[in-house]
Amino acid sequence: MKSVAATALLAFLVYLLLTAGSGHVLFWSWAEIVAGLVIGLVVGGLSASWFCSSGNMRMAHPFRWLLLAIYSAGPLFVEIIRANVYVSISVITGNIRPGIVKFNPGINTDLGKLLLATSITLTPGTLTVEVDDATGVFYVHMLNVDEKAVSKEMCDTSDIFAFFNLPAWIWRIAE
Amino acid sequence: MIDPWLPALVVLLTLILVVMFRLLWGPTVPDRVVALDAINTFTVCAILILGVAYHETVLVDVAIVYALLSFVGTLYLAKVVGREI
Amino acid sequence: MDTGILILIFLTIGLVACTLGAVGILRFPDVYTRLHAETKLGTFGSICICLGVIAYVLSEYLTDGGTRYLVLGLHTLMAMIALAFTNALGAHAISRAAYRAGIKPEGVVDRLPEVEQK
Repeated sequence: MKSVAATALLAFLVYLLLTAGSGHVLFWSWAEIVAGLVIGLVVGGLSASWFCSSGNMRMAHPFRWLLLAIYSAGPLFVEIIRANVYVSISVITGNIRPGIVKFNPGINTDLGKLLLATSITLTPGTLTVEVDDATGVFYVHMLNVDEKAVSKEMCDTSDIFAFFNLPAWIWRIAE
Repeated sequence: MIDPWLPALVVLLTLILVVMFRLLWGPTVPDRVVALDAINTFTVCAILILGVAYHETVLVDVAIVYALLSFVGTLYLAKVVGREI
Repeated sequence: MDTGILILIFLTIGLVACTLGAVGILRFPDVYTRLHAETKLGTFGSICICLGVIAYVLSEYLTDGGTRYLVLGLHTLMAMIALAFTNALGAHAISRAAYRAGIKPEGVVDRLPEVEQK
């Protein structure tokens, strides 16, 4: 029941965001608010068992959302800009030595794995190929593999991220 | 100042034509899926720019729906390519 | 006038990134490296184009007023978030599918095969 309510509330908020500016009750008209409530309840009833599959309400805390916003505007954005300079240079010069390495970040929740896989894909020269759900090991395709990363069985965080420790941020957000 | 939106649109359409070579030639099927994904991204940008150039909010909504639907299409193609269906 | 230059800068960066992404798709040797070019440069280019649109909308809103510009900016922001997340996830799905379809990456090291036969 709690998961249905949470999913319905989230769907209602997204609907309100998409229809802002339609009337004069704050920003919305009454018809849009009623339609949003009905649609939110339907979506919540249909998809709650899938959306809140862990049954854990820790993401309802607003502090985690604030941290997620700071994370995506700060460290993640800097890494994205670095990634683009790096890949642009690779495109122009054509110097690459690709390879797939193993990496164990120690993150267990599904949302954490999703965020980390997305972040890895958007950061310099790395692309998540496969995630082993049982052990939490990431298989990462790198555009330029170091000499020392080739010989090691399991890579460290510092081999993959240069400036920020992104797994620590994600651990704080999602667990 | 010259209106920058329509030249940007022309550049994006040229890029779509360029990527279409990879879609036609691609040696393997995943190559073609990558090219299709890139074409989808450029199309979303083109629709956004059209929406701003003509001051139509509806076109931006079309862009959002196109992005989400193309994501579903990419996932389905990936499932088919990976022989999981 | 200042906002006009800001819009031009954002649009130029976005279009250059998109162009490099297209060149990378044509030029790189195998699927995984092409995915690098497509994901990073394509996503960054579209984010920059969206930021240019948002800058234009804000300047129009400040000189002119009217809620329709705010609505346009809000929807552009939603499109930007949708693009950023769906591109990365789609790239992940494609690379996983390509590996399952049996396309081996060119390169110096490949640690994946030991889990593939389960």
